[in-house]
Amino acid sequence: MLNLLIAIPIVAASAILLGACAKKTALLATALNLLLTLSLVFGYNQQSPEKYQFTSSVLLAPEWKLAFSLGVDGLSLLMLLLTGIVGLAAVWVAPHPEKLERYPGLYYACLMFIIAGATGAFASLDLFFFYAFHELALIPTFLMIGIWGSGDRITAAWKITLYLALGSFVLLIGLLALYFSIPNEAARTFSIPALQALALQGGIPQTPWIYLTLLIGFGILISLFPFHTWAPQAYASAPAPAAMLHAGVLKKFGLYGLLRVALPLLPGAAQHWTHLLLFLLAGNILYVGLVTIAQKRLDSMLGYSSVMHMGYIFLGIAAFNPLGLSGAALLMFAHGLSIAALFALAGAVRQRTGGLEFSKLGGLAKPMPFLGFTFGLAAFASIGLPGFGNFAAELPIFFGAFSHAGKSLAFSNFQITTIIALWGVVISAVYMLRGYRAAFLGETDKRWTGLSDLCACARPAILLLLAVLLVAGFRPQLFLNLVTPTIKAVLSVPAQVSAK
Amino acid sequence: MPLPWIILFTPLVSAALIILFTQRWRNLSAGISIAAVLVSLAASVQVFLAAGSDAATALQLPWLDFRALGFDFQIPIGITIDGLSKAMLIVVTGIGSLIHIYSWGYMADDEGKSRYFAGLSLFMFSMLGIVFANNFLMMFIFWELVGVSSYILIGHWYNKPAPPAAANKAFICNRIGDFGFMLGILLVWTAAKSVDFETLKTAWPALVAHPAFAPFATAAALCIFCGTVGKSAQFPLHVWLPDAMEGPTPVSALIHAATMVAAGVYMLARVYFVIGASAAAMEVIAWIGTITAVLAALMATQQNDIKRVLAYSTLSQLGYMVMAVGVASPNGAMFHLFTHAFFKALLFLGAGAVIYACHHEQDIWRMGGLWKKQPFTVATFACGTLALMGVYGFSGFYSKDSILIAASEHNPAIYYCGLFAAFLTAFYMTRLFVVVFFGKARTEHAAHAHEVPAVMWLPLVLLAIPAVTAGYHEVIQNFLPTPAHHGHSLVPAIASGVGLAGIVLGLLLYVGKEKDLISIPLLANKFYFDEIYALIVWNTQDLLARVSAFVDRWVLDTALVRGLSSGAWVAGFIMRFAQNGNLQSYALLFGAGVVALFYFILFFK
Repeated sequence: MLNLLIAIPIVAASAILLGACAKKTALLATALNLLLTLSLVFGYNQQSPEKYQFTSSVLLAPEWKLAFSLGVDGLSLLMLLLTGIVGLAAVWVAPHPEKLERYPGLYYACLMFIIAGATGAFASLDLFFFYAFHELALIPTFLMIGIWGSGDRITAAWKITLYLALGSFVLLIGLLALYFSIPNEAARTFSIPALQALALQGGIPQTPWIYLTLLIGFGILISLFPFHTWAPQAYASAPAPAAMLHAGVLKKFGLYGLLRVALPLLPGAAQHWTHLLLFLLAGNILYVGLVTIAQKRLDSMLGYSSVMHMGYIFLGIAAFNPLGLSGAALLMFAHGLSIAALFALAGAVRQRTGGLEFSKLGGLAKPMPFLGFTFGLAAFASIGLPGFGNFAAELPIFFGAFSHAGKSLAFSNFQITTIIALWGVVISAVYMLRGYRAAFLGETDKRWTGLSDLCACARPAILLLLAVLLVAGFRPQLFLNLVTPTIKAVLSVPAQVSAK
Repeated sequence: MPLPWIILFTPLVSAALIILFTQRWRNLSAGISIAAVLVSLAASVQVFLAAGSDAATALQLPWLDFRALGFDFQIPIGITIDGLSKAMLIVVTGIGSLIHIYSWGYMADDEGKSRYFAGLSLFMFSMLGIVFANNFLMMFIFWELVGVSSYILIGHWYNKPAPPAAANKAFICNRIGDFGFMLGILLVWTAAKSVDFETLKTAWPALVAHPAFAPFATAAALCIFCGTVGKSAQFPLHVWLPDAMEGPTPVSALIHAATMVAAGVYMLARVYFVIGASAAAMEVIAWIGTITAVLAALMATQQNDIKRVLAYSTLSQLGYMVMAVGVASPNGAMFHLFTHAFFKALLFLGAGAVIYACHHEQDIWRMGGLWKKQPFTVATFACGTLALMGVYGFSGFYSKDSILIAASEHNPAIYYCGLFAAFLTAFYMTRLFVVVFFGKARTEHAAHAHEVPAVMWLPLVLLAIPAVTAGYHEVIQNFLPTPAHHGHSLVPAIASGVGLAGIVLGLLLYVGKEKDLISIPLLANKFYFDEIYALIVWNTQDLLARVSAFVDRWVLDTALVRGLSSGAWVAGFIMRFAQNGNLQSYALLFGAGVVALFYFILFFK
């Protein structure tokens, strides 16, 4: 099943490059993928003692114990579901091949490869392929920015390429160091379940600097402050589907990596850096939040806002308790959907107005009521309005982080960071509402009175994203139940390690 | 289906139906919304008349639940039914229904009628959620949702410049208050390990009994009070409410006078066991309420926009209610909330009728002589005015006196301020009434005004009845414990005398006048709060934002990232820097290091 999930987009990409009708093939492939993912979600047995299900494994290099092994648990299923939904929406809103000036086939093939890479990364149970699939997804992202981007696309493409390559490189060093730090040579392996079992037995030395390397490597990919400056420019330049897939899905790879690899394997080492992480994530929320306020363009404002919201997910991870981790997992999902919707809509606006400077926009909701309305919904979702998944995720994060109380009546660092994060909610309301007003409300400029609204054919994609956000907001437990066993497992490690 | 769920979810269904299906058919949308609110009203009346409340309190929908992870934390959507929520139910669904009906006429030709009614339905859902809330987080959820409904409705005419600005201001001021509110909830939860009101009712007093807990209890109470400061527009976050008058007038009546802004007071009464546990917090609350009551009444005396006068009067009355909570009389606060909801909704709808008749003229000096042309409006407006002034026999008299009595027993200074605000209230309402309805018509529109259609004046008449009677002991004794009047004939007498003085002064100054003879720029400009706040925001948040953006672009991005992209270049850069012998750059580097270090130490030690 999982093999099929990765193979479908690759086959579709090949077919498109060979001349199949690009949009139809891509839509068919992503729709099929989403259906398959849904069948996996419903087929996943939460009661089963087997943590990873739908597994398959092909041994490739016996001397390295390297195997192409796939399998999913609740957390990876949630990420696959995110990939499926955002993937379908991204292909749906992508411009019709005839409207693309350059290489229409390659454009859709790139999208397919990003989806295949993300799917592979989330479904891999082997560190090597976990890493390699992510790289596979990055290359088409760079291509899309460089070829079909807007503005200073070449600089943006180079910057994200170099920066993320650096991040991947740091990550690779960290993973290799982790591998070689295992004292028992016979036990060294790339298999994630085997490593997790080893960690449970205390077989992995808790080396602080290895965790730090992993944190920085993953952190660069997630745009952790101060390694975030690649993100806004890249998202501002990227074509909408690429921005949707990267900000919505691929960026979650780093967070997924922290939850899947770094924390379960090195829980003891992670504790050394909790306060550093708190400091950095406060930078994400407060400093980047302020930078977001000062943005003068809709796209860079959205780019910075997505950087800022990573701070909340980090806060949940740093809290490292049931509330924090559940909230973090749910926010990864919800943020992916809301930012994808926002980038899709901003892309549609750019297509119509030719630019996204606030000073030139205004009153767009009048000629484009659907765009205006749905952008408003997505904007409110992203600033944590109850009813949408983002709020249902942020709430447990705040409680999880705040529950790390200080010894006396003074606030602990966790609590101070939570207070900063709460103030961040005010900051995000300020920039989102100012931005929304500047672009969509107020008097309509004469130039824009004749603009056409989002065409009926693209609307279902946006509605799909918003509908899932609403489901996650009204019934968050549906999604939380899925990740509960995973979080239990992650949290059970440190207790046993410290017991040793 | 249990009645509370019908009350709560019918408006939500209506909003969803309108948004998803009936946007194109404006009258159908309005019909759905009105039908929904009438269903809620009918069910509310049934709940109101039912004696017991046990069956309803067992109702619970799960929302978040972490017990499967071994963490005792859950947030349900539950139902509270007691005297407090019954009183609010009647206010919200009763006034809500009349305002829905009135809106049918007021918004008859509006292009965005469907959106407007969807917004009203969403608001009803959110507000009823606050009323029913049985735990802090459920209250917070619906608290935020009323904020967004208010944003949608203030910004209804989004194609004009002012309404979206006012909507933003309202939402952001509310979010600032909610920052404190959420922090307060977190503090309560940290100490008591629960957010459920029933549990906290016993757990919190047990904690407070410990003397060392006092500062914590005060901090928690004040943080929670921040929520009220935002939602009920208390000083210093009062600035959004007058601007919110950019919304359609029925919205001003329902949301920004009768119900949503009163939610802050309802919340204080609901969690009085937390608030009242700290004497220091109570003192602050009482004074914030008093300051708001007096400042807003002063500002109201110099406004010329009919809706703004009423908006400042709402601020002032909300100040009264908060003051009542602060002087340990939450029942008095709820009593005044109850009566105020009726007479203030009546006044706003009356103002709407005047504005409608004068072709959307809102300046009171461009009206005049309307009493002959709008008999229903003037008669009902008079009832509202007398109730607001607290004239004997009208509902406001009883509730205002219960607050003044509580204040006189508690703190004389607050009591005198309350009397002063009562005097100002009588004065500015006399001014408003005289200028709008008496004298000669001062414009063409005013001269040719007609009475509004029945769909609009009928709600006025229906609201005038409770505006007079809602204060009678016989009306409220079943659900609101009214503070006793006995033994206090002095306070009502003094209050009546003060009110009479205000009326006489107003008559002397304004009868037969063509323009305002008094000009106090400080009051007319609302003590320059808006200007001062704009300056503060520009010099703090926006300045920081610009500095951060500059740092991000030129230091983090250009200097560091592009620098690091070439190792050799970086080496050269550092060498150059280190060896250029320039004292200033050494100092700069050193300074930056020290600042970073300090920040780190302060932050983490």
